[in-house]
Amino acid sequence: MQRVDLFPTHEYKGLKLRTGRPYPFGATVMGNAVNFSVYSRYATACTLVLFHNHEPEPFVEIPFLKEFKMGNVFSMMVFDLDFENIEYGYRMDGPWNPEEGHRFDKTKILMDPYAKLIAGRDVWGAQPDWDNVYQYRARVVCDDFDWEDDLPLETPVNELVIYEMHVRNFTCGANANVKHPGTFAGIAEKIPYLKELGVNCVELMPIHEFDEFENSKPSPVDGHMLYNVWGYSNVGFFAPKAAYASTGRFGMQVDELKNLIKQLHANGIEVILDVVFNHTAEGNENGPYISYRGIDNKTYYMLTPDGYYFNFSGCGNTLNCNNPNVRDMIVESLRYWVTDYHVDGFRFDLAAILGRDQNGCPMPNPPLLESLAHDPILGKTKLIAEAWDAGGLYQVGAFPSWGRWAEWNGKYRDSIRRFLKGDEHVLGDVKERIAGSADLYASQNRGIKASVNFITAHDGFTLMDLVSYNGKHNEANGEDNRDGEDNNNSWNCGWEGECEDAGINYLRHKQIKNAISLLMVSQGIPMILSGDEMGNTQYGNNNAYCQDNEIGWIDWTNLQKNEDIYNYFRKIIRFRQAHKALRFEYHFGHCDYRNLGYPDFSWHSVKAWRPDTGYNNLTAAFMLNGRYAETDGVPDDFIYVAMNMHWDMHGFELPQLPEGMAWHVFANTEMAAPDDICEPGEECMIENQQEILVGPRSIMILVGK
Amino acid sequence: MSAEVHKVGSVLDASSSKEEQQVILSILDENKSVILDLSECKYVSSAGLRVMLYAYKVAASNGLNVYLVGVSKEVREVMAITGFEHFFKYFDTVEECQTQIG
Repeated sequence: MQRVDLFPTHEYKGLKLRTGRPYPFGATVMGNAVNFSVYSRYATACTLVLFHNHEPEPFVEIPFLKEFKMGNVFSMMVFDLDFENIEYGYRMDGPWNPEEGHRFDKTKILMDPYAKLIAGRDVWGAQPDWDNVYQYRARVVCDDFDWEDDLPLETPVNELVIYEMHVRNFTCGANANVKHPGTFAGIAEKIPYLKELGVNCVELMPIHEFDEFENSKPSPVDGHMLYNVWGYSNVGFFAPKAAYASTGRFGMQVDELKNLIKQLHANGIEVILDVVFNHTAEGNENGPYISYRGIDNKTYYMLTPDGYYFNFSGCGNTLNCNNPNVRDMIVESLRYWVTDYHVDGFRFDLAAILGRDQNGCPMPNPPLLESLAHDPILGKTKLIAEAWDAGGLYQVGAFPSWGRWAEWNGKYRDSIRRFLKGDEHVLGDVKERIAGSADLYASQNRGIKASVNFITAHDGFTLMDLVSYNGKHNEANGEDNRDGEDNNNSWNCGWEGECEDAGINYLRHKQIKNAISLLMVSQGIPMILSGDEMGNTQYGNNNAYCQDNEIGWIDWTNLQKNEDIYNYFRKIIRFRQAHKALRFEYHFGHCDYRNLGYPDFSWHSVKAWRPDTGYNNLTAAFMLNGRYAETDGVPDDFIYVAMNMHWDMHGFELPQLPEGMAWHVFANTEMAAPDDICEPGEECMIENQQEILVGPRSIMILVGK
Repeated sequence: MSAEVHKVGSVLDASSSKEEQQVILSILDENKSVILDLSECKYVSSAGLRVMLYAYKVAASNGLNVYLVGVSKEVREVMAITGFEHFFKYFDTVEECQTQIG
């Protein structure tokens, strides 16, 4: 049956119109018409501005008639548009009164905050025309991708191994060997690699539309161009980054990204998006008009009492996340990425900001976070907070969670790094971290699954650099090495930077294997930084956000050069996936509460059952009782991990296994490849079942079966 | 099974897609498969890909098929990247297609 409300009622300069539907916001194809809907609490008038694609001047500007406004929403249907060849924007009229928070300027053409396709930066690095009156151009999208039987995978969170990666850096480097470097299509070409590595979740650094030219400049050091490569600066919250699509020049980024996600899902790999809802690319009062500032400044931004921008993000402005309308926009954006892109989860950048009220004060029960925790569409979606912000709010272990939110466990990173480099004051904390951070997450029914464990992430050193540099080397960023984290807890193993010394290089490889071993045998959700599995270096740069070159790009020649590291990663990831005892959801009793003969989890040292002895607080061991980790009634093996971060070799007395079982070696980081690690299930029984010798700065992993 | 050839113009996009779609659907309506000759077509837009996929879905639900002929390397690559490729069977020429489908 045909609808009776899809006939034009008005005409303007040859275009047929009728009053639109206020909902949904944005531009939506309805029959022969496109429905344009935009809200502004304080605007007095609005005009729809239509361009043909790429044209410098609009072909028509259609004022919203009085009868096209309902409440604070302007909505209008325009009939018979060639919608693939249309770029649209708005002019908003209203008060200019910055002290009151209003910055309306009808000379500006503004992007729709709900734009699902944004043109203007279609090809990475292509110099934009800065005289263009409309830089980031909203377009209308075909939202009917054929997913066939695909759905978000809903992998149990404790089974995830997350791989944090950057779309462009992943396949732009030497020997990446893909047809479409730096794009979603390029990632699709690398799916066999990801499968072989064994990760089952990729976390994509921001893929919402941003402008790589924001603050771009030649490096004062050597003149190479510095770009906003990482993209933690949103232009739009509903549109994928066009230049991350090989087909972005045809405006097909939506389909390309959806197809990538569909293919990843078909290979058992989930997709988490790193989302930046704490600020926008409009900067402070000196920044450009892109959208929000001109559409409804006072709604979208947290403003000081005299109308300036609060800067809890460190990026000039702060999105007004707990304004009810902005809250709705965020919820709608997330729902859109789940329903239309089948995204499996989100990592929220500087998420502590999402819990601040409109004056910037932290709230005990932030309504936005509560809405997200209880949202029906996001009901199975992973929600991960970076639980701090640039305004000094640090909420690791205290992020309001309603049992739903996980956190990037920054304390895990800091303690494990210190332990690895031989810091004698951290063992007590390391034990908490390895056992799932009960001190942080045992409350509120959160459990081990609330802890995303990581040693490296995009912020900071790569793993190779963590063991190769004592200090950061960010000169190429053009800020005299002032930018980037100073407190890295890194150790260069005896020489600053790359070197030819075989002993130092052996130790570095060993330290890398120690690190990934700890990460994979710790309780929680492990996250690996892309490239660490092949010993990728950023040459000591610990803040490579602007380096669109071999500093930021992964160098795939490392796969051959550091083959032992890659093989170690591959096997230890498989080991984690083979052993349920490494993936508890809730914290340990540290006792034998089911009367199975041994405690679920026990600490040891160089002496079995004596956790309190050791060397300089640098030796410890733990044992997992696989009988507490059954799969379909079949118990897992026992697992014993001996950690010796001391510079001398030490004997570790082994706990005795139940009758008929024996200890087998899975990994020993002191040994050279291929004897450092075996395939899971192929462990060799050790001769001496009473004691093992663990080399200096080494880890041994045993299986009792 | 009978099939009818339909030759697409140089561009298949939102502005041409409506007409093309009508012709294709009318062939399917006659219970015939469609051999879509794209040998002159240099550019297929997002809407154009949807015309092809929609035709395929209609065909498949009626036990018919949509065959693609002369798809350029560039168009084929875009189809692969955006997830439209695997629905179709491809042929270099109309004759080859007709011979193979009998």
